[in-house]
Amino acid sequence: MADYQNIFTQVQVRGHAGAAVPIPSGPWTRTGSPYFSYLLGKIGDAQIGPIYLGWTGIASLLCGFIAFEIIGLNMWASVGWDPVQFVRQLPWLALEPPPPAYGLSFPPLNQGGWWLITGFFLTASILLWWLRTYRRARALGMGTHVAWAFAAAIWLYLVLGFIRPIMMGSWGEAVPFGIFPHLDWTAAFSIRYGNLFYNPFHALSIVFLYGSTLLFAMHGATVLALSRYGGEREVEQIIDRGTAFERGALFWRWTMGFNATAESIHRWAWWFAVLCPLTGGIGILLTGTAVDNWFLWAVKHGVAPAYPPAFEVLPDPATLTGGAS
Amino acid sequence: MIHFWIRIGLAFTVVIAVGLLFTFERPPVQTVQSGHRGIGLEQVYNRVALENQIARTVFPEEQPEIDPAGIPSSEVYENVQVLGDVDANEFIRLMGAITEWVSPEQGCAYCHSEEEAFSDDSLYTKRVSRRMLEMTRAINAQWADHVGATGVNCYTCHAGNPVPAEIWFTEPEHPQTTRMVGNPAGQNRAGEQVGLSSLPSDPFTPFFIEQPAAIRVITQTALPTGNRSSIKQTEWTYGLMIHMSDALGVNCVFCHNSRSFMDWSQSGPQRTTAWYGIAMVRDLNANYLVPLRDEYPPERLGVLGDAPKANCATCHQGAYKPLFGHPAIEGFPDLVGPVVETTVVQ
Repeated sequence: MADYQNIFTQVQVRGHAGAAVPIPSGPWTRTGSPYFSYLLGKIGDAQIGPIYLGWTGIASLLCGFIAFEIIGLNMWASVGWDPVQFVRQLPWLALEPPPPAYGLSFPPLNQGGWWLITGFFLTASILLWWLRTYRRARALGMGTHVAWAFAAAIWLYLVLGFIRPIMMGSWGEAVPFGIFPHLDWTAAFSIRYGNLFYNPFHALSIVFLYGSTLLFAMHGATVLALSRYGGEREVEQIIDRGTAFERGALFWRWTMGFNATAESIHRWAWWFAVLCPLTGGIGILLTGTAVDNWFLWAVKHGVAPAYPPAFEVLPDPATLTGGAS
Repeated sequence: MIHFWIRIGLAFTVVIAVGLLFTFERPPVQTVQSGHRGIGLEQVYNRVALENQIARTVFPEEQPEIDPAGIPSSEVYENVQVLGDVDANEFIRLMGAITEWVSPEQGCAYCHSEEEAFSDDSLYTKRVSRRMLEMTRAINAQWADHVGATGVNCYTCHAGNPVPAEIWFTEPEHPQTTRMVGNPAGQNRAGEQVGLSSLPSDPFTPFFIEQPAAIRVITQTALPTGNRSSIKQTEWTYGLMIHMSDALGVNCVFCHNSRSFMDWSQSGPQRTTAWYGIAMVRDLNANYLVPLRDEYPPERLGVLGDAPKANCATCHQGAYKPLFGHPAIEGFPDLVGPVVETTVVQ
């Protein structure tokens, strides 16, 4: 008998292409007739649409498009409008924030003005999309967990590009829009502030990042392993422990002495995911404002151990000659 | 259907294989530990790549010793301004060596006009090489902190080329900088001098000249004490450091302990040597190379009309010591000059 399994599916379940639950009336309802996609049915639900855009969705897409265009056109201009070089060098290209000398003032367009305008539209786009996730959840009578998880990511984004630059008094502290350039920025940020790995909030953020992947793998594997007993009906098993739940619970008690429940595992996952950008944002916000050298901070608080040097230690030559370099 | 998936699988395999071929290094890679265990102070070497690099390096030929004439060159030859005190035979030996080191194909005529006497100064190459001799002698006399007892001779940079392979010119301003869009801010392209990263692509103009910008950006105290170095500034320092790493064929921890880049008490002695190297390059550019600008014909100058200048790669050319430490002044005591007063650039 064929099993219904996404990704490695042998059959596709296709029911009636419906519009699903009714929502309270408003100026926008769902648009488009639903249809089926064979390829998307390989990895998820084969039904596409109907969609709901709404004014927040349209405004968000519009703002996002403006930001995307300003970034892309600046990148294209930076290679002299050469389409071949634009594609070839795309990972290196960027729209840079203003030079630090401009502080928090509005600089000329090509001295970071475009960057500020882009930041405004991208932020507007993201916040409108957040509002959309919140309002759609409410319209469906759901909780707003998705919106608040998204808000955690927005917090980190705002710290990097808005809150911290304002606290530092310079837009030049913010991140460039570009693929390699934003990675170089990240490395330079860590170097400038004496090694971000000694920042405890950075450490916490990594714990929650890697912890999220671990929890996701544990949870996904448990449910898949129990699907032969109906384990994918996990929500029902919150209140009605069936044989699938009992086996999963016993498996984890055997292997690690403790088990989450069918409900609590989702709270674990949600909090790990949300705490990753929340703690990360705190770590970034403290850098350059409260702490200027994380390595020395860690030494001061007994976190970073000292190792014996395996070579001759020489003094800083600048202190010998009186020069500075 | 099966064939379709096999073909997809084959195409996928080919893409992965080509990707591996052009991105991965041929094993084995060896690590050499240089610090206390557990802190990753390690140089990474690929034995085959290193052997190839050494095989590609052309070492200079031995210059046989010569019996001294017993009289200084200034009494035999005219217009000997730098090497006048040198024994006349030794002087000729050195001239022969310089020809081997700098212009083996062009011969003496590269500097000495064929129509004129040897003492004639009409060729710019001769006037420049006189200053280069002074520079070489000054390096060996005054920059032992960097060049040690190995020293440098003409071959160190020239390697048999009239113009050294690794020189730099100030990068002209990007045309979009002064227009309305697309200012790359001196970075954001695959910069050849910065290991093809998107870091600032000309890290020499701010740091390797007279009155350089500050390289040090990291705060020396745990809490803020007024250091206003920006992240952009850090990217310039970072670009310079990538150049140094690239020029020497080493990674960051050759000089630094990456847990705290600024800390001298955790850095190896190589960092001190490198510090004097930076000071030396500034001295050479400011006092020898930049002032030669008016001697050169236009084709030897950069886009902005500036003189060719030196950076770490000019001598090192990918090796942790130029020519892997091949002695440069052994048998050439006259290449160590007197100490001369120049503007000290720190």
